[in-house]
Amino acid sequence: MIDTLIAVFQNNGLIVSFALVGIIMYISYQISDKLTKGRLHGSAIAIMFGLLLAYLGGIHTGGEKGLTDIQLFSGIGLMGGGMLRDFAIVATAFGASFEEIKRAGASGVISLFLGVIVSFFVGVIIAVLFGYTDAVSLTTIGAGAVTYIVGPVTGAAVGASSEVIALSIAAGVVKSVLVMIGTPFVAKYIGLNNPRTALVFGGLMGTTSGVAGGLAATDPKLVPYGAMTATFYTGLGCLLCPSVLFLIIKSIF
Amino acid sequence: MVIYGVSLLSICMLVGVFLGDLLGKVLGVKANVGGVGIAMLMLVLIVDYLKKKNKLNSQSQQGLSFWGAMYIPIVVAMASQQNVAAAVKGGPVALLAGIAATVASCALVPVVGKIGKKSLN
Repeated sequence: MIDTLIAVFQNNGLIVSFALVGIIMYISYQISDKLTKGRLHGSAIAIMFGLLLAYLGGIHTGGEKGLTDIQLFSGIGLMGGGMLRDFAIVATAFGASFEEIKRAGASGVISLFLGVIVSFFVGVIIAVLFGYTDAVSLTTIGAGAVTYIVGPVTGAAVGASSEVIALSIAAGVVKSVLVMIGTPFVAKYIGLNNPRTALVFGGLMGTTSGVAGGLAATDPKLVPYGAMTATFYTGLGCLLCPSVLFLIIKSIF
Repeated sequence: MVIYGVSLLSICMLVGVFLGDLLGKVLGVKANVGGVGIAMLMLVLIVDYLKKKNKLNSQSQQGLSFWGAMYIPIVVAMASQQNVAAAVKGGPVALLAGIAATVASCALVPVVGKIGKKSLN
């Protein structure tokens, strides 16, 4: 009987994930309601649940894809994978107003450049503090602080060691996880309650998954604005880090 | 029909991702540059236009709003497949670099928000 059950789960992966995520959402919203009186948003709790499951899955299988490395839950990979994620992000634009986007457009562009450059140099400084002195490693770790995609792309371009590339990915994942969890807590201190600030926030933080999760847990109405700028961030990072920023670091070290 | 909304959404996404890939090629980077952002802009403009012309009935809109509403559950599924174990194992360099970059960027949000406002007035 167990064999049959496992087979059903494996053959209907996406459906399993719909059922599972629904249950996680329900439990999370109950916890939010009953234990925190709604102060901690249900979706924030659900995202933390997801991250915890990812951690458990990761240490259980030793794989790189969290819970989805457990075969029974491989359907989660489809539901939370790039294709459906981007599809749903685009769909959130259905509620967005073009006027708001136009009005905040300039600050969105500024935030993109500033976000990539600031994250990069902060990452480089931390790497220097830990004793890295070669331009290639410094650039790669700095790029990892931009996002976990910019890190390996840059590392491959400038010829970093696989160890440093792994570090840069880890730095990017830390950033993305932190933005997912932290955004609802800092939202009111940084004025994150309107489309303009959300647009700037997306441009500065840049990690699409982090911004997407963090804003969803703060105020779902803000998601389209933040997500829109964030999707340009990784591309800009891949453009700047292995070129201009690498040359700057090389001229210093 | 519901599928009209879903189809419109799909077309926007495909065109956006295609343009983002082309932009990445033109710029010589191994990444999609703003594909999703372009798709979102397209969708906003097309929905705006269709609504004004009264060409987007409530059923077609349901096809769009359903996927918008599925967004948070999809983010939860996405969270559960992050490489959290690696982030924890990455050691102090990765941890500190990630935290410091996040805090610094976050602190700039109110600053840049203000710049934008001033240039308006």
